[in-house]
Amino acid sequence: MPATEAAARPPRRIAARRPDTGATAGRRRARPRRRSTLTSYLLVAPAVLLSALVVVVPGVLTAVAAFTDWDGIGLKARWIGFANFSSILRDPVFTTALGNNIRWMLLFLTIPVAIGLLTALLLLTRPRSRTLYQVIFLVPYVLAPITNAILWLNIVYNPLSGVVGYANHHGLNLGEPLSGLHTAIYAVAAVDIWHFWGFLTVIYLAALRQTPVEQVEAALVEGANGWQLFRYVYLPGIKSTLQLMWVMIIIFSFLAFDYVWLMTQGGPAHATEMLSTYAYSFAFASFQFGKAAAVGLIMSLFGLISSFLYTWLSRKDLNA
Amino acid sequence: MRGHARHITAVCGHVLLLAFGATALFPLLLVLVNSFKDSSAVTANPLSLPTGLNFENFRQAWSYGHFQRGFINSFILTFTAVLVVLVCSSLAGYVLAGKKIRIWPAVMIYFMVSMTVPIQLFLFPLYFGFSRLHLLGNVAAVGVVIAAINMPLAVFLMRTFFLKVPKEVEEAALVDGANTFQLLRSVILPVVSPGLVTVATIVGLMAWNEFLITSTFLQGDSSMTATLGYLSMNGTFSTNQGVMMAGAVILVGPIIVIFVMLQRYFVDGFVSGSVKG
Repeated sequence: MPATEAAARPPRRIAARRPDTGATAGRRRARPRRRSTLTSYLLVAPAVLLSALVVVVPGVLTAVAAFTDWDGIGLKARWIGFANFSSILRDPVFTTALGNNIRWMLLFLTIPVAIGLLTALLLLTRPRSRTLYQVIFLVPYVLAPITNAILWLNIVYNPLSGVVGYANHHGLNLGEPLSGLHTAIYAVAAVDIWHFWGFLTVIYLAALRQTPVEQVEAALVEGANGWQLFRYVYLPGIKSTLQLMWVMIIIFSFLAFDYVWLMTQGGPAHATEMLSTYAYSFAFASFQFGKAAAVGLIMSLFGLISSFLYTWLSRKDLNA
Repeated sequence: MRGHARHITAVCGHVLLLAFGATALFPLLLVLVNSFKDSSAVTANPLSLPTGLNFENFRQAWSYGHFQRGFINSFILTFTAVLVVLVCSSLAGYVLAGKKIRIWPAVMIYFMVSMTVPIQLFLFPLYFGFSRLHLLGNVAAVGVVIAAINMPLAVFLMRTFFLKVPKEVEEAALVDGANTFQLLRSVILPVVSPGLVTVATIVGLMAWNEFLITSTFLQGDSSMTATLGYLSMNGTFSTNQGVMMAGAVILVGPIIVIFVMLQRYFVDGFVSGSVKG
């Protein structure tokens, strides 16, 4: 936690300076200072308390519930130790779900990142059409997962009335992507990637545009080609943004829920089961809140690891 | 030779951009085209153009999707979430930007960690609490939950905007005898108002589009948001694709208009939360 220590230094320095002002002056000044500090705490309180009430308190309860057989309906619950965890870890569906989360992560770490980076680099040299393209690329990103999922289900993947069904009837056999055991997860990921990559374009473009013009010009004067320009001038500048996006993608990959639940609910035969859908089914289909909590806790572990990474990468922000 | 090669590269670049743009918009164009066709025409060929402008699909979608009630609920949800986030995050962002409390690094780290906490970690006990307090189906209460979830990002955004307020302006107001609330209202808020618009657009978008929390907590028919109403319509009505697509246009159209009008703020919000200098 070196960031915390560095960040905590300024207030401490003010505190150390206080005795220098002399005893009477210090006392006279102390009252309004204390009152304004109290006001400051009151101003921070609503945001922190609201977040704590919604996130921390239920979060702690989840951590406790994971060791009980709570059904989520009554107040009765029995302490059963690690029974939930051992039964989950023995469940083959858990392994499938974890594998799917990892596959999801690998897909998202590569495909949208590649498209986002490519389009951002192309837009970097096109200042006039840049805004228009950004708006077009972002349209799927600003639409609700429900609408995106339903429109893909109905007009693209539907075997009767969708584009896929139309292609199947006209000799181009695409099968039924969402019902295939091996294709379903890619069919769902395709929709989520379609909705997501434009976001990365915008982020990468903003990062690329922060590269100092002099460096680019100097490299061009020295005869750098396009690849060298990217590799030695742009890439070092956007490295931290790339890292941060990767960390965020890892976090989101272990939480992926919306598109999977909307399009397949984890099916067919658990082919698209994710940790999130697995937990959700425990809670709201079979009322095993204890097990759902245990899965939630395991998911959070991945989140926590990534979260430490994220905090570490954002430590510059603290010193800003 | 070299100029020729550069020309080819430029053309390839344009073709690629156009192809990616087409990929982004193609499903949406299909939705628009098919919203004017009847069910059999969609099934016959989803790629064909409509023969005329038939608004019957829209009339049916509006009533079967219960969009009137849905839009009202979505407005209540979004308005509550945005209002709560704006008030809380601007107050907290002000204090954190000015390092006005000694424990500010702890508060920052708290928000950073809570930003990455998965919803599944707190969803189940929160659901239990909501059902005990008879808040399931209470749209405004769910709006407060969504506000709390988006609070960390909003606090960070507001803090960056407060960092832009020159120290001298603040000090001058204090010398003139303004108290903290006068200072906030008349001196600082005008300076950070673009930040407020950015936070409002981002949080408004999150609240409007939310799925996991709303679908879990708002299960009664009367509390469905516009998107949830459309989802339930998909279960009962999915055989008539023309009507389904008209419903999609009703949902997507207003969002695209708002997005194009406020695109600067959307892009600002996305970028300022994610680009590290």
